[in-house]
Amino acid sequence: MSTEPVSKDRILLEMRDVRIDGFSDERWHQIIKGVNLTLRRGEILGLIGESGAGKSTLGKAAMGYTQPGCKLTGGSILFDGIDLVKASDAEKRRLWGTRIAYVAQSAAASFNPAHRLIDQTVEAATRRGIRPDAESRADAVQLFRALQLPKPETIGSRYPHQVSGGQLQRVMTAMAMSPRPDLIIFDEPTTALDVTTQVEVLSAMRNIVEEFNTAAIYITHDLAVVAQMADTIKVLRYGEEVEEAPTRQMLTEPKQAYTRSLWSVRALEKPEVKGDDIILSIDHVDAAYGPFKVLHDVNISIPRGRTVAVVGESGSGKSTTARVITGLLPPLSGSVIFNGEPLPAALKDRSKDQLQRIQMIYQMADTAMNPRQTVFDIIARPLEFYLGLKGKAREDRVVELLKMIELDESFMDRLPSELSGGQKQRICIARALAAEPDIIICDEVTSALDQIVQEGILKLLLRLQKEFNITYLFITHDIATVKAISDEIVVMFQGKVVEQGLKSEILSPPFPDYTQLLLSSVPEMDPDWLTNLLSARPDGP
Amino acid sequence: MTDQPDTYAAAAEVGAVRKRRTRLERVGLLLKSAPPSAWFGMIVVTLYILVAIFADVIAPYGEAEIHPVPFAPWGGEFLFGTDQIGRDVLTRLIYGARNTMGIALATTMLSFLIGGGLGLVAAINRSWLDQFLSRFVDVLMAIPSLIFALMLLSIFGSTVTSLIMIIAVLDSTRVFRLTRAVAVNVAVMDYVEAAKLRGEGLSWIMRREILPNILPPLVAEFGLRFCFVFLTIAALSFLGVGIQPPTADWGSMVRENASLIQFAKYDITAAITPLLPAAAIALLTVAVNFIVDWFLHKTSGLRDEH
Repeated sequence: MSTEPVSKDRILLEMRDVRIDGFSDERWHQIIKGVNLTLRRGEILGLIGESGAGKSTLGKAAMGYTQPGCKLTGGSILFDGIDLVKASDAEKRRLWGTRIAYVAQSAAASFNPAHRLIDQTVEAATRRGIRPDAESRADAVQLFRALQLPKPETIGSRYPHQVSGGQLQRVMTAMAMSPRPDLIIFDEPTTALDVTTQVEVLSAMRNIVEEFNTAAIYITHDLAVVAQMADTIKVLRYGEEVEEAPTRQMLTEPKQAYTRSLWSVRALEKPEVKGDDIILSIDHVDAAYGPFKVLHDVNISIPRGRTVAVVGESGSGKSTTARVITGLLPPLSGSVIFNGEPLPAALKDRSKDQLQRIQMIYQMADTAMNPRQTVFDIIARPLEFYLGLKGKAREDRVVELLKMIELDESFMDRLPSELSGGQKQRICIARALAAEPDIIICDEVTSALDQIVQEGILKLLLRLQKEFNITYLFITHDIATVKAISDEIVVMFQGKVVEQGLKSEILSPPFPDYTQLLLSSVPEMDPDWLTNLLSARPDGP
Repeated sequence: MTDQPDTYAAAAEVGAVRKRRTRLERVGLLLKSAPPSAWFGMIVVTLYILVAIFADVIAPYGEAEIHPVPFAPWGGEFLFGTDQIGRDVLTRLIYGARNTMGIALATTMLSFLIGGGLGLVAAINRSWLDQFLSRFVDVLMAIPSLIFALMLLSIFGSTVTSLIMIIAVLDSTRVFRLTRAVAVNVAVMDYVEAAKLRGEGLSWIMRREILPNILPPLVAEFGLRFCFVFLTIAALSFLGVGIQPPTADWGSMVRENASLIQFAKYDITAAITPLLPAAAIALLTVAVNFIVDWFLHKTSGLRDEH
């Protein structure tokens, strides 16, 4: 928007001692406890931290906006000389969408499904009279091209549901860029995308922000991602700043212990151990949902006390395999052999003992726990149901289980809604553990969590495996998780097992094309990783 | 969040931590936030309940006690006068609260027991049983309920028991529909699947996994259903097949004294007499609806902006 030459070191945004309170449970709580933030023109600031650290709230406050249920209680926010704390709603509305733009996490939920993409892209620029409609449209096509969208001339005439999630996220970036804002706030823009798409979106965003010398605040919990994007990184925790430094300095010599612990997340890797004592095997299983055949002659064998990771794209039959093992979906043919004996195909024919020995942990801990039952109820039920524990013995065992998952007694009377994401998943682990199973099926158990929380959960699972010799069948699409936890890997593709073998065998070249793409797309903690990757791929992302 | 460790710790993760409150404190907080309309509703309903419980004590005369003067005017010995055979109108209004509300409550509870129970079974089962029950309910709902009730009452006779049974069965179709609809959404949740994998029986899944999660809409529906049942009983009594004399009941009181309306030009209070039981019905219906509205607003999760 601004046409005068911009110098890189002029301060664009200055937030001083910003304090924000949120209202919940009939009281006000401090969410942001006095944070300072300075952003120069053309600079990209990465905001990172666990969920609940106040990243998004701070990002929105940079626009002078607070969500319903939040209020600004102190501090000043100066955007290019305009005091956003004192500015009226009308003044702020004039800035929003034109000089400050916001790119939300879920592009699919942020587009109006009833309008064409191009109409939504140019809306702000045209309606605020920044330039004539025809010019905006031509410009939008240029932006689509710069963002490497396929068919930039015609993609704008599609509706949001007609393009993929990654494309939609890039269209949203185009929408934000269209009025040439001075500041863009990216609020976890790639969190909902899978790794291969993420690379494309990241490189497109970085290029376009550089090209127009736009300042940006990039909010994420993914350290490797922020390392690619940001000039400066600010770490937040509990609504307070932990530290801030230029990206390279921050990566090489973080000062605070908390930052160092964030940095070590991706280093986790379990040494693989071969196992010979097969506890469960899936023998020539075919399965179908109605007329749709999902599994074709699947054979998997799982050694006792080891972790077998099942990887593959969505729709490859990973979760269906788990449903066959648990008896929720009786197979068309073939059988599941457990401890040397075939299991009855249907759930209702299995004995209580058989049910007890195979437990399951779900991807979404939110929906896997009854919101009306307390943590005690949830963990105590399998104790009573399978082991017949009652009264004091049962209570003691629940406390013991809570200790095992690194929580304490104070959690007993909480409801699931009063727990964080990682704590919820830990309670689910405790529930599975309470049954004293031989094997636990983990269905994408970490994919809904922040990285640092993920690492905590994986470490916990590894420790429990060592202590109780539990076998895991670990379903995931995340290669970093596979590296961290597995002994053996099963690769599935379109309902068939492509290969099964030890981790070292599967993860060493030569790879099939898909595995190669999957492996190379996982971001690394090196600020040059994206640049190197893109130059290594000759045809571009 | 008092101690904040330097590195990651599971117990220190930021969740939506809620202050522990006793049940009493929670109820107190809830009542403090209640709007005036809800307060009005709660006060009215409480008064009605007190009147119904202590009818023997409050009423000046016996329920079926006949005095020598029929159609006595207001004031004096009889505050609201007497009816066509000389019974005190005030006394019968007070006893009417007990009879009409008692029967309506019993009916509503029975209909929730039948409709709710079968609705839950249908939602969990989802097989031919669900189809059978749902289609059967469709058939019952296709017949206008008041006419159906009239027909059944003339077959089985107008005893209090058959009145309760018939209205409860007819009303349970609506409860079935609602319960099944909300329970189906809960029955597909992972925690229900987890309970099935654990090997839990139907009864546990119904009572412990699903019911607590569908309670808010059911409670709201209970309030509304209670009003409808109450109106149905009043209507049936007005038509003469509901609660039978000498039991006092608001619907039949309107019918018995309806002819008094034509004397409005001579004595306005006489004309108001048959409207008193009608007003009692209306006031209770409005009061219950106020409470239900507030409850629905509370549980729908809508947040007032601060």
